[in-house]
Amino acid sequence: MKKFTSLLMALVLVFACAGCGASGQDASGAEDKKSEGVMTYEEYAAAALDSEVVIEAYVQAKQSWWEDQATVYAQDKDGGYFLYNMTCSEEDYAKLTTGTKIKVTGYKAEWSGEVEIIDATFEIEDGNYVATPEDVTSLLGSDDLIKHQNKFVSFKGMTVEAAGQDASGNDVPFLYNWDGSGQEGDDLYFNVSLNGQTYTFTVESYLCDSTTDVYAAVKGLNIGDTVDMEGFLYWYEGVNPHITSVTVK
Amino acid sequence: MKKNLITALGLMGSCFLLLTGCHGKEGLAAFEIPETFDVSSDYEITFWAKNDTNKTQTAIYEQAISDFESLYPNITINLRLYTDYGKIYNDVITNIATDTTPNVCITYPDHIATYLTGANLVVPLEELFADEKYGLGGSQVLFDSPSEAEIIPQFLEECSFGGHYYAIPYMRSTEACYINKTYVEALGYTLPDMLTWDFVWEVSEAAMAQDAEENYLINGQKVLIPFLYKSTDNMMIQALKQQNAGYSTDAGELLLFNDTTEEFLRTIASHAESGAFSTFKISSYPANFLNAGQCIFAVDSTAGATWMGSNAPLCDISPDKIVDFETAVMPIPQFHPEAPQMISQGPSVCIFNKADPQEVLASWLFAQYLLTNDVQIAYSETEGYVPVTSKAQNSPEYQDYLARCGEDDSVHYDIKIQAALLLLDNVDHTFVTPVFNGSTSLRDAAGHLIETTVKSVNRRQTVDDAFVEKLYDETISLYRLDQSGRRGALSASGKTDLGRLPTTSVVLLSSLAGVWALILLYLAIRALRKK
Repeated sequence: MKKFTSLLMALVLVFACAGCGASGQDASGAEDKKSEGVMTYEEYAAAALDSEVVIEAYVQAKQSWWEDQATVYAQDKDGGYFLYNMTCSEEDYAKLTTGTKIKVTGYKAEWSGEVEIIDATFEIEDGNYVATPEDVTSLLGSDDLIKHQNKFVSFKGMTVEAAGQDASGNDVPFLYNWDGSGQEGDDLYFNVSLNGQTYTFTVESYLCDSTTDVYAAVKGLNIGDTVDMEGFLYWYEGVNPHITSVTVK
Repeated sequence: MKKNLITALGLMGSCFLLLTGCHGKEGLAAFEIPETFDVSSDYEITFWAKNDTNKTQTAIYEQAISDFESLYPNITINLRLYTDYGKIYNDVITNIATDTTPNVCITYPDHIATYLTGANLVVPLEELFADEKYGLGGSQVLFDSPSEAEIIPQFLEECSFGGHYYAIPYMRSTEACYINKTYVEALGYTLPDMLTWDFVWEVSEAAMAQDAEENYLINGQKVLIPFLYKSTDNMMIQALKQQNAGYSTDAGELLLFNDTTEEFLRTIASHAESGAFSTFKISSYPANFLNAGQCIFAVDSTAGATWMGSNAPLCDISPDKIVDFETAVMPIPQFHPEAPQMISQGPSVCIFNKADPQEVLASWLFAQYLLTNDVQIAYSETEGYVPVTSKAQNSPEYQDYLARCGEDDSVHYDIKIQAALLLLDNVDHTFVTPVFNGSTSLRDAAGHLIETTVKSVNRRQTVDDAFVEKLYDETISLYRLDQSGRRGALSASGKTDLGRLPTTSVVLLSSLAGVWALILLYLAIRALRKK
């Protein structure tokens, strides 16, 4: 009987945990249900460019703040949002900690393939959700990858390739700026491959500056390293993830 | 007695602070040229430089620094690279507050006008130009420096405002229209000798025809923006200048919000509505669309020429997206093609004042080194820039470079050299906008008018009288142009620039200072007598 009871309890626990994931409940246990007049991610994805959109999502990372404008990655249980130069006081920017729920009103736009919300305003709401990275490694090179644009994602088991050459003509594993024209503190560009295809990933210096672990980790890479990575699925004329962590295996 | 003397000195000190306090924070003493440069002491110079995210440009800066340090072993140059003028401007403003400005800085004259709100912050250069020993072509300068007469006069004048030269030109560029000539001719048009706005609009509209599957007939693709403009502030400024309409006066009067501006915005709106026009900020880099066969007229700086065309040495789009076409490089569209007008732009170099005049002199020597042929020619060849000295422009090396146009798709890339030639052939047709404290804000406002108009049209809003009136009001408020009214001088910091004090005020203030001095003298004498 004891064994049966234990098994029953364990099953209840498993189903409860699975249920949390499936229904998209936030950390407080409340279901991620959209408020009145707020679009679901599906509706947002279907909305025409230049149309007004209203979404609710949870801050996943802050990229920058300058002159009352904030650039933020946000996500709900169904998809990611890139909130570009959203009106935001410095005081409110401080409140946008990871997981914070916000309601955003702005316009859907596209810039070099990156779908974003611009000219937006926001208000903070009750609720909290921190996304776990979704493994999209198998989607690299496929048309389905773009469906995960702006989400917090992971890539596993990729190989570091040469990013370019230094002044002496030696292969180097990363570059400051896309062509090596930058210096410490600038964006880092590095190439990783999978199944014979090479992709360019970036440590965006506003999102992760030179004091961060990921900045140091990329500077420490060697050509041939196998790495797992996490980051946000940004787009610029093709996939160009903004990496936030790198682990050498 | 001691107490009284201290009291008197204290009063004098308070009075001094009060008087100086009238003028805000006390600045550095004005720079005076040292008699001799001190080679026995070490100087560390910070150089904030801008590059176009171009590896070769970075290498040229590094080479110039290395060569200069070989000549002056007691000077060390610390290079900090930027890829954006706006970021340099913001960082300088931030560092003014902490007295940590760089020594030498690549910048725009508009930005310097704001830096000048600090007393003696930026070094006026005319005395340095003329200094017999360390000036341009000076006897004690350890490199082949150009004389003042060898700096192209128009370019040098662009660095003069407020009665002083506050910068030296480093490179010059203008805007060019990079054209998919293949598509223009396929549409049944022939490029005129000089582009007009009417021609560009007409061809752009003609290119909008689509088939039943919504593919554009001209490129067989679902994406086409026939006319794309990179810098909309330049677009507005040049359109107004070409029509002899107001923008601003030399004194800082704001004339931007006028009927010609409104008419131009309405024209832009009509072509944005059809999808024939867009901007960099709204869509992306004109070069990406041009090279993909998705744009016919791409207006960008001549300093962006290496990104333009089917064989561009620099490209952000994947090779499979590049379309093969013939590229024409022409001056920007004109309202009066018989009298073309185009903006002169490009980096200049200013020097920030420091407490040690020797450090400033070291800064000047390095800034001057950037005008040598080696630096000028090498850097200008990285993009569609032109050297700012006749010494470099007329050199056999540079003439050979120009003559080899199209010999390869790297150093002698034809589009890049054609862009440089465009400016060299049109120097007399270039202009710059007046520089004053706040001219940066006005420039931003000019671009904002176009960006907002296009975005509003894209969002199905109507551009009518009410729209324009609201847009003007919002723009004035956003850029704080209302600090002194639409026609007043303005300040980026929100303070009004009232200009020089009237003579009567000067006399009155001098009298007050004299009275205070007499009072203090009386107190001091009385204190001494009590002793």
